[in-house]
Amino acid sequence: MKKIAFAGALAAASVAGGTAGAATLDDVRAADSLKCGVNTGLVGFAAPDANGVWGGFDVAVCRAVAAAVLGDATKVEFVPTTGQTRFTALASGEVDVLSRNTTWTFSRDVDLKFTFTGVNYYDGQGFMVRKDLGVSSATELDGATVCIQTGTTTELNLADYFRANNMSYEPVPIETNAEGQQQYLAGACDAYTTDVSGLAATRATFEDADAHMLLPEIVSKEPLGPLVRHGDDQWADIVRWTLNALIAAEEYGVTSANLEQMAAGTNNPEINRLLGTEGDLGAMLGLDKDWAKRAIAAGGNYGEIFAATIGEGTPIGLARGLNAQWTQGGLLYAPPFR
Amino acid sequence: MSETHANTVSFVRDTMLPEQEPPVTERGVVKWVRENLFSGWLNSILTLLSLLAVWQILGHILPWFVNSVWSASSLTECRQIRDQVLGSDASSACFAVISDRWQQMLFGFYPNDAYWRPVLALILFGAAIAPVLFMSVPRKLLAFTAAYPFVMYALLWGGTIWGPLMVAAGFGIGYVALGLAGRAAGTLVGILAAVASAVIWWLFLAGPVAGVLASALPIGLEPVPSDDFGGFMLSFIIGITGIILSLPLGILLALGRQSNLFIINKFSVIFIEVIRGVPLIVWLFTASLLLNYFLPPGTNFDLMLRVIIMVTLFASAYIAEVVRGGLAALPRGQYEAADSLGLDYWKAQRLIIMPQALKISIPGIVNTFIGLFKDTTLVVFIGLLDPIGLTNSIRASTDWNGIYWELFVFVGLMFFVCCYGMSRYSQHLERKLRTDHR
Amino acid sequence: MSAISDETEQSFRLSMLLYDTRYRSLTIQVIASIVIMLSLSWLVWNTIQNLQSLGKDFNFGFLTQRAGYDINQRLVEYSSESTHGRAALVGILNTILVAVLGCALATVLGVIAGVLRLSKNWIVARLMGVYVEAFRNVPLLLWILLIFAIMSESMPQPRDFREGGDASMLFGSIAITNRGIYIPTLEWGAGSNILVAVFIASIGGIWAFRRYARKRQEATGEILPVLWVSLGLLILPSALFYFILGRPVSVLYPELGGFNFSGGVHLRNSLIALWLALSLYTGAFIAEIVRGGILAISKGQTEAAFALGLRPGRTMRLVILPQALRVIIPPLISQYLNLTKNSSLAIAVGYMDVRSTLGGITINQTGRELEGMLLLGGFYLVLSLVISGAMNVYNSSVKLKER
Repeated sequence: MKKIAFAGALAAASVAGGTAGAATLDDVRAADSLKCGVNTGLVGFAAPDANGVWGGFDVAVCRAVAAAVLGDATKVEFVPTTGQTRFTALASGEVDVLSRNTTWTFSRDVDLKFTFTGVNYYDGQGFMVRKDLGVSSATELDGATVCIQTGTTTELNLADYFRANNMSYEPVPIETNAEGQQQYLAGACDAYTTDVSGLAATRATFEDADAHMLLPEIVSKEPLGPLVRHGDDQWADIVRWTLNALIAAEEYGVTSANLEQMAAGTNNPEINRLLGTEGDLGAMLGLDKDWAKRAIAAGGNYGEIFAATIGEGTPIGLARGLNAQWTQGGLLYAPPFR
Repeated sequence: MSETHANTVSFVRDTMLPEQEPPVTERGVVKWVRENLFSGWLNSILTLLSLLAVWQILGHILPWFVNSVWSASSLTECRQIRDQVLGSDASSACFAVISDRWQQMLFGFYPNDAYWRPVLALILFGAAIAPVLFMSVPRKLLAFTAAYPFVMYALLWGGTIWGPLMVAAGFGIGYVALGLAGRAAGTLVGILAAVASAVIWWLFLAGPVAGVLASALPIGLEPVPSDDFGGFMLSFIIGITGIILSLPLGILLALGRQSNLFIINKFSVIFIEVIRGVPLIVWLFTASLLLNYFLPPGTNFDLMLRVIIMVTLFASAYIAEVVRGGLAALPRGQYEAADSLGLDYWKAQRLIIMPQALKISIPGIVNTFIGLFKDTTLVVFIGLLDPIGLTNSIRASTDWNGIYWELFVFVGLMFFVCCYGMSRYSQHLERKLRTDHR
Repeated sequence: MSAISDETEQSFRLSMLLYDTRYRSLTIQVIASIVIMLSLSWLVWNTIQNLQSLGKDFNFGFLTQRAGYDINQRLVEYSSESTHGRAALVGILNTILVAVLGCALATVLGVIAGVLRLSKNWIVARLMGVYVEAFRNVPLLLWILLIFAIMSESMPQPRDFREGGDASMLFGSIAITNRGIYIPTLEWGAGSNILVAVFIASIGGIWAFRRYARKRQEATGEILPVLWVSLGLLILPSALFYFILGRPVSVLYPELGGFNFSGGVHLRNSLIALWLALSLYTGAFIAEIVRGGILAISKGQTEAAFALGLRPGRTMRLVILPQALRVIIPPLISQYLNLTKNSSLAIAVGYMDVRSTLGGITINQTGRELEGMLLLGGFYLVLSLVISGAMNVYNSSVKLKER
């Protein structure tokens, strides 16, 4: 008896948040906070600092969306999710958007009923080995013991890769990246495989980072991006275009430093439309006209976020590579704002 | 005897000889060592092996511990300090991570200026549980024990106090209905009326009334969302709420299992066995992945609450078995005495059976609580940041990536202190309650 | 109305459903079953609604689809081409394997620790006390993680076994590495069937001899040297036939090749860590049970046995232990059950038990939470019921027969 009542009280207090399905925007506004699913901890992408403030590359997307929708980048409730629980958390409405280095695949998009709203990081699965192992290519890994993080697409890619190359291997499934790192460093596996960004981030923090190397082979395509539930197109559009706004801002040279100046009006109509000085793109999304400006102000444009969280200036030191603007030979290509 | 002696021996000493010291091997440290460590070849081998094991373990751990670095802002800095002071191949712990993040390990992301709230809640829990555990505490405190869950909710989650108050009011309404209808139409009708009125109150009236009161008289603390809960505080909350809420349920289930009403008995048995037959981790995944399927479309409440519900159900099955043991240990005569006094079932339970049975069960209940408290670490698998979950996210920050043992040693020690204390208490109780004289 | 009730006291009135103890239990049960039924159908109805709104159906077809992932430890044939159902089977067998191994080792550890804790040897008793308290009061999950980490940190890597490395194989045949332990395996050549048959026959012989010895002891009081004869029967005929048949069984030693050892049996680190952690943890609880069981037997029993002229060993075996077992077995059963359920923590070390295969990767790849969790829960439930059922049968067979 007591239990049910208590549950009732808690439910009454917390039910306000999210009914699954339609009108996520209204729910977010009603709760005055965006619930964002993130990794329980991945170096550079999502981790809480000593004050409990979440930071990282995936986290920045959430902050930008919160800034666009609610006008305040701090109004985000971060829900740590594991590889196992992330999709249920999104499907059940526990989170409004999942920004947790999740690979965009056909079955997740179509069968699991999610909508991927773009790609914030183009990644691929690679291998890390000790240099003194004497291996210079993944094709020489026949018979090796490989540590993988379970609950992801990684284990499927790995199985496919070794099968396709007619090699055998011994998988050592690991629950978290921290465990995998520890196992790999202790030599319990010859190679550690996960997304290259994760490998680089992990390697960067090694005591003897130079003793390890990433193999040149990238065995899969891993477009990582934020995703939302199927069926709420308006919400999907908001997340998609917030991400696009960050990317476009970099392309047009809008940074958090010159944002105010640009917002006053420029010669480039595209920038004007983006920042709400011309036209009213925000209203079409159900937001006000300054939405993109706030999103960019939250953490800077895509390039600034990249540089601050995982870029070459940080201990993680990832190069832009595929994630450079299309004008710089990368894959980032925001559709026009018009 | 003495006569023959006197005749055969010519000289008999008439003063006592002074007492001699026992031989060296029979006194002091030597005797103790001989008797306790080297009393036979098997014992000697065991002693030597044990000493060797202790030597080995301490030899590895002590230098690491003694050389530890306590103030640094990142693992790299720790290593630098170690390199400067001891050289790069010395083993040295980096407990700086604890001094940097201990608040997070204890309170999760709970707002710094509100730390007094969980601390107060814990102290109040001590006050609330005292009348249950110690018979010398005044019985009147039991009223506070009953009110504690609401106090705890209001303290920890904050927000308006009217929500928990209105839920508490439901019990009051139920109690009044029980009294009125019970007097008018008998106990059974009374119970039905009480349940029905309370449920109606909670489902349809409590919410709006609380809303109106809250807007009229906004009293309450700053609300803290469940996502900010973490660390040992989370373990304590899940453990404590789980055990408090599962007690009434567990007692009902135990009574159901003892009942001779076929359907109630079978339902209780099936419930208890199903819950106990499946590991907690599966139940937690059920809470995380499936609970939303079983509730009306659109309902959604946070993960922590779902976990508490699951843990409560889980613990109630174990509590039921503990209480059943207590019930079974009562002599048959107690039941018969209650019957012969003309008490009805509930009165007999309330006045005669339960007080005795629960007293016997307290050590078991404490043990269940210890088990539950330790099991709260499993919530890490569904993404809640309990102490072990926090070790993962702390290691995911660039500062502390790669740190390992220090965090686990800290978590382990904290758990050990809490659980060891509780288990000593339960052993003490068991000794006190043991009535057979061996 | 009043006239009727005056006439026949036996006639039925509606209020009797509430006030007459003969009918009241029926009323309560009817109400209870209605409430239970209603809540159950409410749950089912909600589930159907939710499934519909998510556009999911309820079927177990995913069990026949290609799994696509590899499992390192498999007791039956499995590859990434196999089905999800097959993966679940591999997981089930792995769960049962670690549970059986764990129960056996936990019992051994528990009995040793329990007896040693009562030892007069001060340091041994203290050490056992430390062991029991340390393991009982720290979460199992932490122990699993710690033991896993200790094993991978302190054991040599396979590469250390190469020329110039500082590790070498135990007895030249067992390699203990931080990826697990590689032990030699037996290769069964031609004629090994006969050898196996001989071995089985000699076990039969031992059994028969023991029966005969007991009968003889009961009849004449003479005690035959059972142990030595049994040992002889066990070894001699098999050894004889081994050489007669021209050594049909040979040993296959693990060898270092490529990255890893090959040949022999590979006990993976995840299995060993989980096994050790479960056994040490449960062993600490069993130690307390054993200690309590021995302490529960009154001293008079020992004294009576001594008075009858039994030697201490026989006193333990014939008098104390059978009685202590009666106290020990029921809580021991629940410890076995706990261990089996706790094996689901395999997820922490990446041991591919049923929770990791069916309840982990399969659910994750197919999105069939409801079906997967139902199967998983069902499996654990059946396993628990089977264990407790079997143990209860044993328990009632050793129970004190009282009139």
